Amino acid sequence: MATRAEMAVEEQRGEVSVRASGEGQRGYNRGVPGDTGVQGQGGEARTRMEPMIEIRKLNLKYGEKLALEDISLDILKHQVTAFIGPSGCGKSTLLRCLNRLNDLVDGVTITGTIRIGGTDINDPNLEITELRKRVGMVFQKSNPFPKTIYDNVAYGPRIQGLHSRSAMDEIVERSLKSAALWDEVRDRLQESALSLSGGQQQRLCIARAIAVEPDVLLMDEPCSALDPIATAKIEELIAQLKKQYTIVIVTHNMQQAARVSDFTAFLYLGTLIEYDLTKQIFVNPSKKQTEDYITGRFG
Amino acid sequence: MKRFWKSGDPFIWLSGGALAFSLVMVAGLVILVLVNGLGSFWPSPIARLTLAGGKELMGQVAQREKIPQPGAPPGTPERYRIQVRVGNRDLYGADFVWVEEANIVRRDFPAEAVLIERQEWGNLYGFIKEVRDGDRVVARGPVDGWKGLQASLPGATSTSREIRRVEKKDIGAINYAQEQIRLRMKKLGMRAREGSPEVAQLQQELETLAAKYRVQEARLAELRQSSRQSLVVSAAGDKEKELSLAQIVRAYQPNAMGLWAKSGLYLSKIWEFVAGEPRESNTEGGVFPAIFGTVMMVMIMSLVVTPLGVLAAFYLREYAKQGAFVSTVRIAVNNLAGVPSIVFGVFGVGFFIYFVGGSIDRLFYPEVLPTPTFGTGGILWASLTLALLTVPVVIVATEEGLAAIPGGMREASLALGATKFETTWRVVLPAVMPSILTGLILAMARAAGEVAPLMITGVVKLAPSLPIDGFWPFVHLERKFMHLGFHIYDVGFQSPNVDAARPMVYTTALLLLLVVLVLNLTAILLRNMLRRKYASSTF
Repeated sequence: MATRAEMAVEEQRGEVSVRASGEGQRGYNRGVPGDTGVQGQGGEARTRMEPMIEIRKLNLKYGEKLALEDISLDILKHQVTAFIGPSGCGKSTLLRCLNRLNDLVDGVTITGTIRIGGTDINDPNLEITELRKRVGMVFQKSNPFPKTIYDNVAYGPRIQGLHSRSAMDEIVERSLKSAALWDEVRDRLQESALSLSGGQQQRLCIARAIAVEPDVLLMDEPCSALDPIATAKIEELIAQLKKQYTIVIVTHNMQQAARVSDFTAFLYLGTLIEYDLTKQIFVNPSKKQTEDYITGRFG
Repeated sequence: MKRFWKSGDPFIWLSGGALAFSLVMVAGLVILVLVNGLGSFWPSPIARLTLAGGKELMGQVAQREKIPQPGAPPGTPERYRIQVRVGNRDLYGADFVWVEEANIVRRDFPAEAVLIERQEWGNLYGFIKEVRDGDRVVARGPVDGWKGLQASLPGATSTSREIRRVEKKDIGAINYAQEQIRLRMKKLGMRAREGSPEVAQLQQELETLAAKYRVQEARLAELRQSSRQSLVVSAAGDKEKELSLAQIVRAYQPNAMGLWAKSGLYLSKIWEFVAGEPRESNTEGGVFPAIFGTVMMVMIMSLVVTPLGVLAAFYLREYAKQGAFVSTVRIAVNNLAGVPSIVFGVFGVGFFIYFVGGSIDRLFYPEVLPTPTFGTGGILWASLTLALLTVPVVIVATEEGLAAIPGGMREASLALGATKFETTWRVVLPAVMPSILTGLILAMARAAGEVAPLMITGVVKLAPSLPIDGFWPFVHLERKFMHLGFHIYDVGFQSPNVDAARPMVYTTALLLLLVVLVLNLTAILLRNMLRRKYASSTF
């Protein structure tokens, strides 16, 4: 599976470089910024699909330092959207805006609006815990709690006040099945989650995130610490999960973005350079910077 | 040379040497305590020494040392003297004598020599002359006398035990009840209700109790009457001593005993030491009240210090805004660990005993005043003082544990919609548990060995009753208590009979070590169990 996916990307990359050299100019001209942020064919797609997350004129400052500048984009329902860009470009920060995890950091100021499913998430009347129940997150380093596998998955539902044992069993089983982990751990649910391998731990974290049935699943470089086989499993899982969830994934790995995402946003130095269908971005980027980044000329 | 230095070998030698040095020091200390402590229970033989002047001595050899001969020309033969425990303090005045070895003409170990451990006056060494029942002689001579003693001693011992039980338990209960009634009457008197029916009822109860007391008194007199058996012992130096059999704790002939008998005696003496009450101003008997007091004090201290330290650490690390102020607080907390413990004791006396205890007395025990209840040293105040003393240890350990928890774990919980409190309670607290226990282990070890602050906040040389007993409310936190550490100080330096008490110093020290070890092992096992449950990440 992994090899086939990689070969596909290899093909794509070949194509990209051909196009970039041949029709780069045309691609550059297509970048007409619309107010939605979705350009080109993405814009056409938007007419068919409703947006799950709408980000408008988002600015974020760490103290005096501007980390995100005037970002506007729509993330569509049941699609996988990838944020790519060099280190420090703000892609993780942008992701963490979506469940307001940046609130934990001292000295952060955010302006602009983010709507998820039509609700303004920065509304002071909104319970932040409610938001986070709707927006699940998987982190770069797998971070299972030092509890049993079962308790890890049951954590979210318990927080929400579910105490029925049978209902909980059902949720745990369903979540682990969705995370393609059930067959591996069904006999050892009461063992420590930390006894699992790295890839299993990460899938457990995914199971834990989807146990509360969020609308959106945020993934912050979920595979960066995993070996290729574990990575392939997670990617396969992402393809499965997008039927039910809207997925936003941050990745360093451009092949991965090409493999798993439907849309890709390229960020550079805190600004959104280009946002389009993944196919479009990788085959025919409209901006010079995007093309340079994708083809490996910098970044 | 430079290459040798660079190779790192000297560093390995240096670090290994430091470790070895520490190990030798610790092992030496433990061995010293072990040998001196455990050795003192072994029944050593009774030696009869005939001195040059024809004088006879009998007793156990305690130690031997070289006599210093300053200024003697080289080649002078070395001279030694031995210290003999001759006992019979009521006859000779002192338990121990020094004898120069050169003066000893003859040294033998008569098989009939008897060692009698008594309730009072310490050991008695001699030969049995007669066993009497009242005025009638039951058995005569060392051999028959020993047999007679063996036959009648168990009965006499159980009678004297019965007498002590009646005195302490039955009459003690009556005294306690009388005291309670008197206090209630005083309380009623304070409310100016002398004439009320309640007072009459209490009077009635008092009279019932007095009747009960008379019954017990009669029983005691009867018991005393029945224990009229006595023993006449002839001691070295043509002395004689008659003593009641009820006075005898234990009698044995160490010179005639085999290895098995000696081992049995050894174990029974150890048991007496661990489970018995002290006698003879703590130089003999057991230290059970001190063990009990030490363990109970450490427990109360742990119950107080753990929540206090953990909550403080949580606030410092999880909630407080990190900055200059919090850093200052942190440094202050760490420095608190360096304050001399006696200063904590003084604070305990001033704040807990006089202020808090005094207020409690005025509010809740006005009828007992001017006798203080809580307004004087007690196990509660001592434990609280030690809790203050050890709270920095728990705070530091917990804080370090909190700092070591990956931030990702907290974020993961928050991202699942948990509040900060839910995160702290369900994720952070279980994860930091091993660190809390580490802090508690250090705190307990420190508290169990601390003496200075206890001396002024509630430890006494001899506590008449344990802090837990059968009288309502069963746990008496206001009571004074005994403590192993203080016991060592008291026996070693405040005892009227220093030589006799010396082994007690070592055995008590050994016991204190054991208590600390047991407390620590329990906590360590608990911690390891928790650690296994949350085995470290495979990442």
